[in-house]
Amino acid sequence: MENLQSQPFIELRGVQKKLGWQQILRGIDLKIYRGETLVIIGPSGEGKTVMMKHVIGLMRPDSGEVIVDGQHIEKMRERDMRPIRAKVSMMFQNAALFDSMTVYQNVAFPLTEAGVRDPREVDKRVREALAVVDLSEHGDKLPVNLSGGMRKRAGIARAIVGHSQCILYDEPTASLDPLVSDVIDQMIIRLKKRFNVTSLVVTHDMKSMFKIADRIAMLKRGVIRFLGTPDELRNSADPEVQDFIEGRSGITA
Amino acid sequence: MNLLRLPGRLFLESLYYLGQLAGLVADLFHAVRSGIWRLKLIASQIVAIGYGSQTVVVVTGAFTGAVFTFQTYAKFREFGVETSVGAIVAIALCRELGPVLTGLMVAGRVGAAMAADIGTMKVTEQVDALRVMGVDPVGYLVLPRFAAMLISMPLLIAESITFGLFASYLVTVHGYGVPEPWFWTHTTGHTDMTDLTVGMIKGFVFGIIITLVSCHQGLIAKDGAVGVGNGTTRAVVISSLALLVSNFFLSILLNYFFPLGTV
Repeated sequence: MENLQSQPFIELRGVQKKLGWQQILRGIDLKIYRGETLVIIGPSGEGKTVMMKHVIGLMRPDSGEVIVDGQHIEKMRERDMRPIRAKVSMMFQNAALFDSMTVYQNVAFPLTEAGVRDPREVDKRVREALAVVDLSEHGDKLPVNLSGGMRKRAGIARAIVGHSQCILYDEPTASLDPLVSDVIDQMIIRLKKRFNVTSLVVTHDMKSMFKIADRIAMLKRGVIRFLGTPDELRNSADPEVQDFIEGRSGITA
Repeated sequence: MNLLRLPGRLFLESLYYLGQLAGLVADLFHAVRSGIWRLKLIASQIVAIGYGSQTVVVVTGAFTGAVFTFQTYAKFREFGVETSVGAIVAIALCRELGPVLTGLMVAGRVGAAMAADIGTMKVTEQVDALRVMGVDPVGYLVLPRFAAMLISMPLLIAESITFGLFASYLVTVHGYGVPEPWFWTHTTGHTDMTDLTVGMIKGFVFGIIITLVSCHQGLIAKDGAVGVGNGTTRAVVISSLALLVSNFFLSILLNYFFPLGTV
């Protein structure tokens, strides 16, 4: 972690965000280091996705700073965001596949839009990405003909095909069976080991979290309630943290 | 003071709306300047907008021409000028009915589709996915529709006028038995390219209005399927009303450049 600590790839400083009447983020301070896998956990509706969207400029903070690879993006114009988005890709919670395109075309889209013109290169990389998520046989299907889990995997393939420096995953293993979940976990670990990819993962899957995380942040009531390694999380004395990871609601039948 | 509150709020909301449309125009200019023309998307939009709208535009134009002829003929006959029916129908179709009715049909058919398509993409985060991949949503979604509309609209209007005039010919010559040479002599003698030019200019303007209003409603859609439905309704209502109001002012303005008579 020494080496990682020296270079934050993403930094949030005092980020606050209100949506309608609800204050979602109440001053988030967080550093995500180059090559690190940071997992964000927390109850639903507490702003995990909102925080992630700030990292890629889909949302702008009401106050605070968002720094990606040394550049302040909180006030950056949309048209100037392109270089940042070439470095950071995102897998959406509901996959956000383009309805009008096949799975293959969806996965090829970031490449062709990034200017990869050689059809053989595009084909090779799309097939690789589809193989990683076990969708090689389904490239010619439209998203509407896929199951929820397959859509999610196609979304992951689209996020990884561009070989970004940083990938944001919004609940990558939700609605996947345990075996495919493990495939996705191993893929995240492999991308980190082989290409030093920085990953920010929002998840409710505790098993997956302990497998892939270098550090874990727990978001509750708009602030970072816990930040530390998986071991520190296991040994945390905070009852709210323990209740969450153990799945104890306090309600009895 | 309360009496002023409602008009004041409406005024401010209108200003805000116009500001948003102006922002979309600015983004559109930026997309044009970026020089990225997605020809395949433009072609597919021409198919959807132009080719797909032909039936509705042809039927509207033809039956409007026919019924206009039917109604006009009776009165013209009283004055003994029934051979001039073709001329009045042609002028009306070129300058007003062709562009306005085509515009309204396209607003209903294409404007609704634009708002629904883009709105669905917006609420299912597909627009955000484009942004994440560094793709300008206006360049990708609005510009091809805009280009396709500018290409399709004049052709659709020309088609509407042609079929309206043909229907008028059928009713006048084959229905009422007016000699064919009289019909065509009066029709061509009282109309010229300026009438058609007025229709084409209006078509461009209506196309711009429909595309801007509809794509904007799509891009601001929220709250799921209900939001998309509301946006689609607003797209059709706003573009139809804007089209009718702007038509009046366009008619006055264009009459200065292409005078119909002494007004």
